[in-house]
Amino acid sequence: MTPHMLTRSLDRGATIFLLVVAALGVLIPLSNLLLPVGSFLQVPTYLVALWGKYVCYAILALAIDLIWGYCGILSLGHGAFFALGGYAMGMYLMRQIGTRGVYGNPILPDFMVFLNWQKLPWYWYGFDMFWFAALMVLVVPGLLAFCFGWLAFRSRVTGVYLSIITQAMTYALLLAFFRNDFGFGGNNGLTDFKDILGFNVQAEGTRAALFALSCLALIIGFLICRAIVSSKLGKVLIAVRDAESRTRFLGYRVESYKLFVFTVSACMAGVAGALYVPQVGIINPSEFAPGNSIEAVIWVAVGGRGTLVGAALGAVVVNYAKTFFTSGVLAPYWLFMLGALFILVTLLLPKGIVGTFNAWWASSREKSTAASVASAAAEDGVTEPKMAE
Amino acid sequence: MPANLSARLCSLLLSLLLIAFALPAFAGPFEDAVAKFANDDFSDTEEAVGVIASSGNKLAFPIISALQDGRLMADPDSKKVYVTGTDGKSIDAATGEAVASVPDSASAVRLNNRLRRSVDAALGSLTLQSPDVGTRLQAAQSVFKSHEETALEAVDAALAKESNRSVKTALGEARAGILLFKSDATEVEKLEAVATLKARGDQEAMALLTGMGDQPASVTKAAASAISSIQSSLAVWSTVQNAWYGLSLGSVLLLAAIGLAITFGVMGVINMAHGEMVMLGAYTTFVVQEVIRTRYPGLFDYSLLIAVPLAFLVAGAIGVLIERSIIRFLYGRPLETLLATWGLSLVLQQAVRTMFGPTNREVGNPSWMSGAFELGQITITYNRLWILCFTLAVFAILLAMLRYTALGLEMRAVTQNRRMAASMGIATSRVDALTFGLGSGIAGIAGVALSQIDNVSPNLGQSYIIDSFMVVVFGGVGNLWGTLVGAFTLGIANKFLEPVAGAVLGKIAILVLIILFIQKRPRGLFALKGRAVEA
Repeated sequence: MTPHMLTRSLDRGATIFLLVVAALGVLIPLSNLLLPVGSFLQVPTYLVALWGKYVCYAILALAIDLIWGYCGILSLGHGAFFALGGYAMGMYLMRQIGTRGVYGNPILPDFMVFLNWQKLPWYWYGFDMFWFAALMVLVVPGLLAFCFGWLAFRSRVTGVYLSIITQAMTYALLLAFFRNDFGFGGNNGLTDFKDILGFNVQAEGTRAALFALSCLALIIGFLICRAIVSSKLGKVLIAVRDAESRTRFLGYRVESYKLFVFTVSACMAGVAGALYVPQVGIINPSEFAPGNSIEAVIWVAVGGRGTLVGAALGAVVVNYAKTFFTSGVLAPYWLFMLGALFILVTLLLPKGIVGTFNAWWASSREKSTAASVASAAAEDGVTEPKMAE
Repeated sequence: MPANLSARLCSLLLSLLLIAFALPAFAGPFEDAVAKFANDDFSDTEEAVGVIASSGNKLAFPIISALQDGRLMADPDSKKVYVTGTDGKSIDAATGEAVASVPDSASAVRLNNRLRRSVDAALGSLTLQSPDVGTRLQAAQSVFKSHEETALEAVDAALAKESNRSVKTALGEARAGILLFKSDATEVEKLEAVATLKARGDQEAMALLTGMGDQPASVTKAAASAISSIQSSLAVWSTVQNAWYGLSLGSVLLLAAIGLAITFGVMGVINMAHGEMVMLGAYTTFVVQEVIRTRYPGLFDYSLLIAVPLAFLVAGAIGVLIERSIIRFLYGRPLETLLATWGLSLVLQQAVRTMFGPTNREVGNPSWMSGAFELGQITITYNRLWILCFTLAVFAILLAMLRYTALGLEMRAVTQNRRMAASMGIATSRVDALTFGLGSGIAGIAGVALSQIDNVSPNLGQSYIIDSFMVVVFGGVGNLWGTLVGAFTLGIANKFLEPVAGAVLGKIAILVLIILFIQKRPRGLFALKGRAVEA
């Protein structure tokens, strides 16, 4: 990635977004750690963890926007990639507990001792090493997306069919992870984490660092997405979105482009999940629920499909609203609001917040340029030629 | 009710009579036996059970069944024994006269496992000659299960009098069970018993044959061959059973998916709120039954017949409303439709949760839908059978409607080529609204049927939505036969995988198979052929 490519890919909105994220990523941890507890500007630790969660959701939304907004692939199973990344991280964290578990077994996590397992299943090997777990966070979702996408795109499963089978995929995983003998803690999932890289996951410093890391991941993810969509590859993706057959007839291998972007997106979702788990402290099969994946799609729709900034913004706005409403007296009405949000956004705000704002901004700028051109023309005594009807 | 009245009169007369006799403290063997219950001694209790069972006294059955359920109270101080009825009223066990309350010092007569068997056997022989066929049959079966030697006489006596064929068979089997375990039965008797059990040919007969202990060599040999023949016939029956379960599941899937197939087929619209239409149908049934319960209890057996058209109207009307207010603005944007209808499903679920509460509501089975019958070695419940018939009827009606009515013709035209249909003067938007209403209405009807076998809760629809989509995707869009084949294939495949792989893994395997299947046929089993590049 050349610096030229980077600068070219950034417009004013993107620059502002990156600056804001970077500022938050630095200021919130600093205020949490350095200012005295209870002071007006000090961000309490629980808020750091909460906002860390939002940032992870924003990365997931970015991943969905990359494929839905720019390539027209509506995945209703991105929650599965998110959860798989989360499970990879959770397995590392489980192995770090060591003898501090309830049963004190140095190798086996508590739930395996409880199920009377004698030795560690082969797929848990290596997760005591951070680098291996970090690699798996990318590899497992990426590999699943690659296999799934290879099968689906090659046989030209598109549109709602693809959405439905991605939903079936996450549903199948949900059922599988609920099973105790699958080896991932069944119903309860993985929890009770102690250390990450030797630091206590509950400690304020660790939480602040995780928040800063999440912001960094969001920035990197955003830059990768921008680089992809503003490259020639990105132009092809948009062509696939708008007229898939025509692009194919022009000689592009549509399925390869789709497969590439789908896999990248799944890896991003995996990273989001991996950062999410230590901040939330638990990963369980409910993360695979089809409802979660659809909810993530609506974040993107609210913020603005195909804008990247909007996706991240939408994730934060919707989740903030969720936290706000579900904790108060309005809790029973939250599902009404969420449902109405789905309906109203698709009906009335198809471009989302950022898309609508961009359209308004562009048209008002056009007007003002047109006005200034007209006034300049009037001064010169030249009239604009009339357009042919 | 006259029968009830005469029964009451009889019991009144009886108790008057008993009071008259009880006054002079008349004590016979029956009364002595009853008093033995108060000794709190297992062997005394057993003796008492034997005497009472053979006494022929009218109170024998209530006393022994009360003993079985722990409702027989004995007072060790006064040596009096009471039967507490399930309705809370009590009678004196020796006289049958009603008592106001059982004294606090009385406690339930205790049983141990050995006693429990003789109680079962005693009850069995008491009911073997009951006038009611069902009771006799049950009694014979319970004797078969307990195969107590003491019941042999009662069985023989009952067998001599029995005229009903099925009860006679059951008694014969009970006799065979007893003889097989009787140590002093002759070899010929035992061989006959083995043959009878072989003819019965079920799991229980096999259990008796495998657990019969030491026997003469010829009997052991006959039993071994009987066991292997039962095993092979059981294997066949279990296949039949799986096929039946599969058909039953397939009918449920078909019912849930059929409406979806119509809306998806005609309009290319993925209606994520389809499951909620099913749920609304189920709640309509609930409301209908509530009204019937409070106002017209006599109509309960007709509640489903009333609910079916109502559910169709309710869900259909809501469907048309949804189409007019939301979906028509989203044509040509299938992915957005999917999101909007998902939002709608959240709203509908929450609305129902607010109105009816989050817990399961009880929907009853009318009498003609409850119960079951035996077909060979499998049990078929009436509700499953009715649902299968009902599903096929709905399917046939729908097929006929598509084939022979004007609306059906228009719907098929719009499915095959929307723009051409519009050019021919078909009001496509009207067809869309009606189609959506029809699909939703059928989902509502499905809800009526599903309320009979599933929990009626706000989440009812969600549990069907993914399965229904799988059926539609598998069967292919725009062809109802595809949906039929898809539903039954998935249902049967699921039920045959279940015993091998377990319920959850079976389901996962099905999902994976469908994903792989789509590779081969991306548009389903029965895809419409067309010239459009992009569907």
